Amino acid sequence: MKRNEAYNEFVKGIWRDNPVFVQVLGMCPMLAVTNSAINAIAMGMATFFVLVGSSFLVSSLRQWIPKQVRISCFIIIIATFVTVADYTLLALVPAVHKELGAFIPLIVANCMILGRQEAFASRYPAKLAVMDAIGMAGGFMLALFSLGAIREILGDGALFGVRLFGADFEPWVIMILPPGGFLTLGVILLFFNWFRQKKDEFLDDVAEAQRGSD
Amino acid sequence: MSATTRKNAAAPSSLRLVLTLAVAGLISGVAIIGIYEATLPTITTNKAHELQAAVLKVLPGVSRMQALVFRDGELLANTEPAKDEPVVYGGYDDGGTFVGYAIPGAGPGFQDTIGLLYGYAPDRNLVVGMEILESRETPGLGDKIYKDAEWVAGFEALAVEPEIVAVKKGTSAADNEIDAITGATISAKAVVRIINETHVAWQDRLPPPGAEPELVEAEDAP
Repeated sequence: MKRNEAYNEFVKGIWRDNPVFVQVLGMCPMLAVTNSAINAIAMGMATFFVLVGSSFLVSSLRQWIPKQVRISCFIIIIATFVTVADYTLLALVPAVHKELGAFIPLIVANCMILGRQEAFASRYPAKLAVMDAIGMAGGFMLALFSLGAIREILGDGALFGVRLFGADFEPWVIMILPPGGFLTLGVILLFFNWFRQKKDEFLDDVAEAQRGSD
Repeated sequence: MSATTRKNAAAPSSLRLVLTLAVAGLISGVAIIGIYEATLPTITTNKAHELQAAVLKVLPGVSRMQALVFRDGELLANTEPAKDEPVVYGGYDDGGTFVGYAIPGAGPGFQDTIGLLYGYAPDRNLVVGMEILESRETPGLGDKIYKDAEWVAGFEALAVEPEIVAVKKGTSAADNEIDAITGATISAKAVVRIINETHVAWQDRLPPPGAEPELVEAEDAP
């Protein structure tokens, strides 16, 4: 039963409550750094580290944090993890750090992360909080990667810098420019909502059919 | 509402709030100093390596380099540059013979400052190589100033007198003309302008050919 609960917290972030496609949070990095798959993954990993670390600390310290100053405490914890991620990336992969530029420090302001602390980590035990964080960060990374991959393939004719098409392919340059982010995100959100609507309709049909057979 | 939550809801004293934030800030500060100190050596070495790689790239035939600080009308080797003091890099071959200067320049591009390094051979009065160190030019268009191999190769023997001119693609004829990049005209012209301006600024600072500062061995040590 316990394991099941933890599993649920994990899975909801990947799909049902996906932070980007369902909650539509964290749009700033989502649109800004997804012009190539590798940037998207690096951003996803930095966010993953920050979210899981902060959720664990916030959840472990929740008895000691007075609720009047909780938001300031969450931000201090998040900012510390972001600084650690920033310097680590700069030391280990300077090329990626150069590409992501100002968007690493801006993880502090990612509302998805503060949102998870306030809505989940500060109310549940550490184990569940970490599972929730892993799920949410995983879902965020998945969303960043889908956007980054689609935009790089269409806009540059490549994936992870590997050319996919012949020299005749004319890249849709707009896809790696900022408008391409909005276009791709719009189409994906459209698909997600269409899918949910279809699923609801299907469940309604099933319920009706059951009522009819009774 | 359970008993415990009600107890928490009773407002804690201001002192407790201040103390909580002070302790949190203190721990966070220590953690940040720790990671800064831990990563600083790696970051400094990375930057030095990056610079050295760029110098070797823009000056073909060079295997050693040293920083030259321009102070009181002459170029000084083995000197720590003060803030805002102009610096060039001297490139030398295996035997320690002077080959050329790698000169850093910066200026406005299409979106943000473009920082670059170009190799200059004073004996032939030619630019012999160019490398973009930092730029935020538009991905897919302006970033061709460092991704387009043909354009970068155009700087391998380019006369700087009277000045470099970017011309429409495929029409470069004179020694001082370079093909601009289709779709990135502004960025390409910005690069050319930065090199021209930097060249003018350094023209009178560099010693006459043959009188270049010699390689100081101590500087060569890693």
